[in-house]
Amino acid sequence: MASDTTIHLSNVVVALGGFPALAGVTFGVGRGELVALRGANGTGKSTLLRLCAGLVPLTRGAAVVAGVDLLVNRVAVRPHVGLLGHRNGLYGDLTAKQNVQFVADLVGATASDVSSALERLGIDQRVASTSASLLSAGQRRRTALAALVVRRAQLWLLDEPHAGLDAAARRELDVILRDATASGATVLYTTHEIDQVAGTPRTITLDGGCVASDVASTIGSAR
Amino acid sequence: MNVALSIARKDLQIEWRTRMLLARVVPFALLVMVLFAVALDSEPLVLRAAAGLVWLAMLFSTMLVVQRAFDIETADAAIDTLLACAVHPARVFFGKALALFVQLFALVVVLVTAAIVLYGVTVSGSRVVLLVTVVISATSGLALVGTLYGAVVANMNGRDSLLPLLALPVLAPLLIGASRATEAAFGSQTIDMANGWAWVGLLGVYGIVFGAAGSAAFSPLTESDS
Repeated sequence: MASDTTIHLSNVVVALGGFPALAGVTFGVGRGELVALRGANGTGKSTLLRLCAGLVPLTRGAAVVAGVDLLVNRVAVRPHVGLLGHRNGLYGDLTAKQNVQFVADLVGATASDVSSALERLGIDQRVASTSASLLSAGQRRRTALAALVVRRAQLWLLDEPHAGLDAAARRELDVILRDATASGATVLYTTHEIDQVAGTPRTITLDGGCVASDVASTIGSAR
Repeated sequence: MNVALSIARKDLQIEWRTRMLLARVVPFALLVMVLFAVALDSEPLVLRAAAGLVWLAMLFSTMLVVQRAFDIETADAAIDTLLACAVHPARVFFGKALALFVQLFALVVVLVTAAIVLYGVTVSGSRVVLLVTVVISATSGLALVGTLYGAVVANMNGRDSLLPLLALPVLAPLLIGASRATEAAFGSQTIDMANGWAWVGLLGVYGIVFGAAGSAAFSPLTESDS
């Protein structure tokens, strides 16, 4: 495995309650790559992200993420990874800013990191001081993304990050992802949307818990 | 330790913004105390039972506070944020236990005051020191056990009814110890101060055991296999 490989999966099997959510996945993702993960519902996309984040155990096969062997110690990968799950992971009774500040406190980020992340995601003062439970779906998604940005992770794992965002926020998210990869981070995100995939340098499609296709785009960059 | 304090601060911020303790738990606990007094309908009996009634009301109220403390973690999968931030599970345990302790301490102060006002209990002299020590040690035990069992049921269906079913038997020794020691602090004829302090010792051991067990068990309890 090359030293510039962030994700290396070989015949990965993950069984959830006896059901093989991933049934022999093999692929690698290099440092600084932006990769879209496609597939119908239930094909294992979210499980794959959670595996890479060290949140579900590897049943069989080999998986090395950010230099950490997940079979040996999956928890050790977490400091290197930022995960935005299908749900936002926010506290509904805290304001948007308090949610981002809390994550910043956990990872040792500064108040200016929080301010710049909020600004970057277009969360103005009014939204920042509103309880997360009162925000729209798109605003909650932006808040969760701001919490991800303050983590400055080596590997970004995003489950449907564009869902619920308006056109401007989607464009800004694409810029953020492009900037992240330009600064050396690796981004793996799931999507259902064809037009989203069209602007991504590489697309991996899952089917039945296996890799159905792994295609590099000629466009070469996120929109 | 800073991470544990951040988690405790977050839980207390949520409590401050929602006022759940003030709006729901305190009225519930006071109602329990009033209803017990009405049911007993005898001043000597109420005086004798005052300490036990305080801790029984605390026990029931603890179930509400603990459920709330873990509902906020599971509602939008926020627990995944904690895990994905590589926070050591023992720090999460102590952070959440600290926030619970602060809330339960405020509640027990209200309930002891209610016992003085409603039941006519008196506390004076060296008995105040015993009472304060009992309150701190028993509330610590409640917070530690509550946090541990809150995590046990957090991902289960029907957790609202499972929590008291699982936690109350484990809390029985604490209820006995806290009630007996508080009786001594309230000047009951049935137990002297020396015995009261002995019960405080038991509460201390109880807290240490569950603090150690909770910090060790919190990781497998919060780690999901799905």
